[in-house]
Amino acid sequence: MLKILKYSFYDLIRSRWSYVYLLFYLILGFVLLFLNNDLSKAVITLMNVIIILVPLIGTIFGVMYYYNSKEFTELLLAQPIKRSSIFIGQYLGVALSLVMSLVIGLGLPFVLYGLFESSAIWDFSLLLITGAMLTMIFTALAFNIALYNENKIKGFSYAILLWLFLAVIYDGLFLLSLIIFETYPLDKFTLIATVFNPIDLSRILILLKLDISALLGYTGAIFNQFFGTSIGLFSALGMLLLWIILPVWNIKRKAQKKDF
Amino acid sequence: MIKIDNLHKKYGKNKILTGVDLEIPEKGIFAILGPNGSGKTTMIKSILGMVVPEKGDIFIDGQKTHSNGLYRKNIDYLPQIANFPGNLGVKELIKMIKDLRDTKADENALIQRFGLTPFLDKKLSNLSGGTKQKVNLVLTFMFDSQIIILDEPTTGLDPVALLNLKELIAEEKAKGKTILVTSHIMSFVEGIADEIVFLLEGKIYFKGSIQQLREKTNEVDLEHAIANILKENNA
Ligand SMILES: Nc1ncnc2c1ncn2[C@@H]1O[C@H](COP(=O)(O)OP(=O)(O)OP(=O)(O)O)[C@@H](O)[C@H]1O
Ligand SMILES: [Mg+2]
Repeated sequence: MLKILKYSFYDLIRSRWSYVYLLFYLILGFVLLFLNNDLSKAVITLMNVIIILVPLIGTIFGVMYYYNSKEFTELLLAQPIKRSSIFIGQYLGVALSLVMSLVIGLGLPFVLYGLFESSAIWDFSLLLITGAMLTMIFTALAFNIALYNENKIKGFSYAILLWLFLAVIYDGLFLLSLIIFETYPLDKFTLIATVFNPIDLSRILILLKLDISALLGYTGAIFNQFFGTSIGLFSALGMLLLWIILPVWNIKRKAQKKDF
Repeated sequence: MIKIDNLHKKYGKNKILTGVDLEIPEKGIFAILGPNGSGKTTMIKSILGMVVPEKGDIFIDGQKTHSNGLYRKNIDYLPQIANFPGNLGVKELIKMIKDLRDTKADENALIQRFGLTPFLDKKLSNLSGGTKQKVNLVLTFMFDSQIIILDEPTTGLDPVALLNLKELIAEEKAKGKTILVTSHIMSFVEGIADEIVFLLEGKIYFKGSIQQLREKTNEVDLEHAIANILKENNA
């Protein structure tokens, strides 16, 4: 599997898009710091960007890589290599190269700005960890979608729809249901609704750490009240981890049964 | 030796193989014939574990094939359609496959033989169809496995390359290998095959030597013999 990972990783490192992505984060980091002039404020703005954009990039790169590497996959399938190694290796190649772009692209400006002397370092690290997890999650979801859809255009559309749903529509529906079911006790419902959306989970995770109750919102407050800050933090992290493990496990399962 | 036991395969509702039993002897050249879409490639891919059959077992040297596919290290396979990652160079591709298989390989003699030296640094997406097929052949024959499976090896080759291929196959046969080949070029099959099977409507319609097929159909040449079978079946 390591060999497959290596080849996928190099393949992506050589591609122009990795650099565009890296450059984007570099610019974003510098611009935010320049505008905010304050590390902790920049971290909050950054959170909002990361939570929406990282899933989108993970999704697009995931489907794109899967479909574009069809030939490579076919070649590998005829070799004495386990199917799980082929697909998990490719997945990790994409996810890790994206994580690397994210960490370098954002890390560099912040480090230059004096991150290591700042108290924001833990908040910033958590932000990067969350970003990394979101990348892993959405790349895995994208691979799943691509595995189930031979048709490239269909797969692409479903992937974008999934992102749109989780990043935008979900919150709207959630708020709507809060208004409609106003009179019912909604704590449990809220908790469950959050757990089923990795983007919401990430937002709460970061806000819990930043300890900004004003921004926490209804969901976050319930989370806080239900678990307390530190347990809330760890359970959110745990659930994000599950969001990685389950789709990756399904990649393995589906790849085992597919004809090539 | 390869043994196929009651192999069934369908894609969706489309039944392709409906109970294939076959024993492919340890030594010699074994040809699989059949019209387009009769399931030759499907059968080969089942042997390789690239396609997952509904039913049936495959044994290689008496051992049931394992779904992890590691048994493929004893098989050299030439796919029917040479799909390569377009952004790689020929040399890079050869190096990569060698690295992935991690066994002894000798590609240089084959590169010479098929005149591929000028193309070594070219990107695969920029090669002509026949040149790609030559690269495909190098990737297959550079390893020294006991079993060789060739799906339409002649596709796109010029006469010189074709002669080279025939020689190459004869050399491998002389080493006592199991060679499985599909082809629609009957003269090619006649020239090399020790035994043939004819696949029709999901089953094995005929198995035997070319001579036996001639006798069965009362035709002298193979092309007519096959055409004869097909006509009879349509009537
Ligand atoms: N991955 C797939 N999904 C769905 N149908 C498939 C798939 N692969 C092959 N088929 C169908 O299975 C049938 C048999 O295909 P196969 O490639 O095995 O035929 P073949 O005997 O090799 O034909 P040819 O002589 O053209 O190479 C065809 O009808 C084909 O459309
Ligand atoms: Mg075929």
